[in-house]
Amino acid sequence: MGIIQKIFYLHVSSALSSFVAFAVCFYANLRYVFTRQAKSDWLGVSAAEVGLAFIFVVLITGPIWAHPVWGIWWTWSPRLTLTFVLGLLYVSYLLLRSMIEEPDKRALFSAIFGIFAFLDVPLVYFSIRWWRDQHPTPVIMGGPGSGLEPRMRVSYLLMWGALTGLLILLMHARYKLEALRASVEELRREAEVQ
Amino acid sequence: MKNLDSVLAAYLAGWAIFFVYYVSVAQRMSTLREEVERLKSLLTKGK
Repeated sequence: MGIIQKIFYLHVSSALSSFVAFAVCFYANLRYVFTRQAKSDWLGVSAAEVGLAFIFVVLITGPIWAHPVWGIWWTWSPRLTLTFVLGLLYVSYLLLRSMIEEPDKRALFSAIFGIFAFLDVPLVYFSIRWWRDQHPTPVIMGGPGSGLEPRMRVSYLLMWGALTGLLILLMHARYKLEALRASVEELRREAEVQ
Repeated sequence: MKNLDSVLAAYLAGWAIFFVYYVSVAQRMSTLREEVERLKSLLTKGK
């Protein structure tokens, strides 16, 4: 495949990091439904937005790799279509939040939507195992005969470690933003009472 | 080297997305901090 293979490190690591972010979002959404704690809502929206940034990277680096290798930028195969849908689902999650003004209603509706949106993540992951696809077969946890050459494995793990660090950093920053937004809403209410 | 431009484009685009996202979070944070200060001073004046 030549040097074009190097895109694999960013593409696959970003995809796995986005799955981690969406799993955190799923956990936070479930937690919100059962506990109604605002902090779970903040974690949910933070993880969804950061996961979306990572899935954008996946959707951009994929076609850049595909064009020289397949001769086409995009094809509507199960893996690619489900990944595109995953991006759309979390864009919808954020749009839904922006359309509801009342904080408790916004948190509850988006949590319920987020729980259903997460169902697409296992579909994306298993799509290349379940259906015939243009996308390359899995090299990580892909069963007998799969796996990475040792030097590639080191590069891949380093890249994934770096992106996981970035994921935590971005989620932390986004969580602080959401906490600040809640403070502003609280202060606004106080100002209106006065 | 064949396809080096594609590799560069992919990495540039990837890191640009992360950078732009981080800048957008920082900008929103700065706007909200200003709003907190404004509301706090408004509430102090009102007391």
